[in-house]
Amino acid sequence: MSHKYMKVERIDHGTVIDHILPSRAFDVLRVLGLSNDKTMSILVNSHSKKGGKKDILKFEDVELSAEEANLVALVSPQATINIIVGGKVVKKFNAEAPKVVRGIMTCSNPNCISNQNEPITTEFKLSPDEGHRYVCTYCDRDIIDLAKRIGK
Amino acid sequence: MRHVISVHDLTVDAIIDVLDRAEGMLATARGEAVNDCLKGKVLGSIFFEPSTRTRLSFETAMNRLGGGVIGFAGTEATSVVKGETLADTIRMVSGYADAIVLRHPREGAAKLATEFSDVPVINAGDGAGQHPTQTLLDLFTIRQQMGRLEGLNISLVGDLRYGRTVHSLAFALSKFGNTINLVSPEGLEMPGEVVEHLEESGQFGVACHTPEEVISTTDILYVTRIQKERFPDPVEYKKVAGKYLIDPALVAQGPDNMIVMHPLPRINEITPDVDAMPQAKYFIQAANGVPVRMALLSMVIGGV
Repeated sequence: MSHKYMKVERIDHGTVIDHILPSRAFDVLRVLGLSNDKTMSILVNSHSKKGGKKDILKFEDVELSAEEANLVALVSPQATINIIVGGKVVKKFNAEAPKVVRGIMTCSNPNCISNQNEPITTEFKLSPDEGHRYVCTYCDRDIIDLAKRIGK
Repeated sequence: MRHVISVHDLTVDAIIDVLDRAEGMLATARGEAVNDCLKGKVLGSIFFEPSTRTRLSFETAMNRLGGGVIGFAGTEATSVVKGETLADTIRMVSGYADAIVLRHPREGAAKLATEFSDVPVINAGDGAGQHPTQTLLDLFTIRQQMGRLEGLNISLVGDLRYGRTVHSLAFALSKFGNTINLVSPEGLEMPGEVVEHLEESGQFGVACHTPEEVISTTDILYVTRIQKERFPDPVEYKKVAGKYLIDPALVAQGPDNMIVMHPLPRINEITPDVDAMPQAKYFIQAANGVPVRMALLSMVIGGV
């Protein structure tokens, strides 16, 4: 038996973030910090044609900038960004992990000076080696459990 | 050189430059010669945590070079107890002094200080983070005693997990090409990233649990304190500490030219009867804090 139906409707104008790691859609939302007056669809643990599972996010009437899109890579490095205009994909690109992240994350080291009441903006740099590691500019430690350190 | 925050920021050439200048300061450090290159300059010495050697040797260094020192040791009599931020304290002191020496219990404090200070900042230890001037005086002592900084077999002994001096020293020694052995109790082993770095740079010797296993091939026995508070069970602490006791019998098993170093304070880990042995260099090491810090102060304040 084969059913042809859409779990989530297609959109005419906006952004679709595809190939998000399974169960990471809510982390992506947190990273983007988008206002909640826009219509959005969230598909969690959806079947992926490439095998396994993935999450998908659709935002109506929102076109993500490249800078915003790259923030997605913080929590889901393989995600693809599709910009939709007139029902068609007019731009498609992969999220690219930002080299420096300022302000939106907190350090996982509780003894780091950046976790005190000091007038500074947190800053993390992507380590040049492989492994998607971000290092705190202040205490020089790797950030642990990165998704949980965002938006706090 | 503007700020001195981490040994990671220092190139081999910069390290050698500091050590050479420190060597030139030895006579002045001992009071045998006069050098007033920092006359009229003021050092802000702000210590949020206890310190004996680091604070006193910085103050001695500044005085030996003709400068003056202001500051505090402990925050009881300062506005910090009223909730003043470190940023504001630094801004204020940088208006009074020509350089700031900072010790603080939080990692990254010295880096933060550089953002709010108009004058050079020297990190005198930030939490479990960096203590670059200790590393420089360790290197100075090694070169002074062994005649070189490369091709040495160095055994780091004791609490390698929490001891910040051994982390920085391991990184610094690896810039020169050495063999580094890691001797620690179970649970207090060197953190993974330091071991990885030593392995990748081909300078990892052996990791073991007793100094006897490496003593016969060791050129430098670098001992650190095993802190009682790391052990929930005092009986277990006594048992472990006993295995790491450096006494004359153990020292005698090392090569003739082996030296024993310790960043101090030592509690029980080196017995007092080792002090008189020619291998014991830890008090010379502590004294070397003065010429090394004189060199650094003259570089960051005097611009020489």
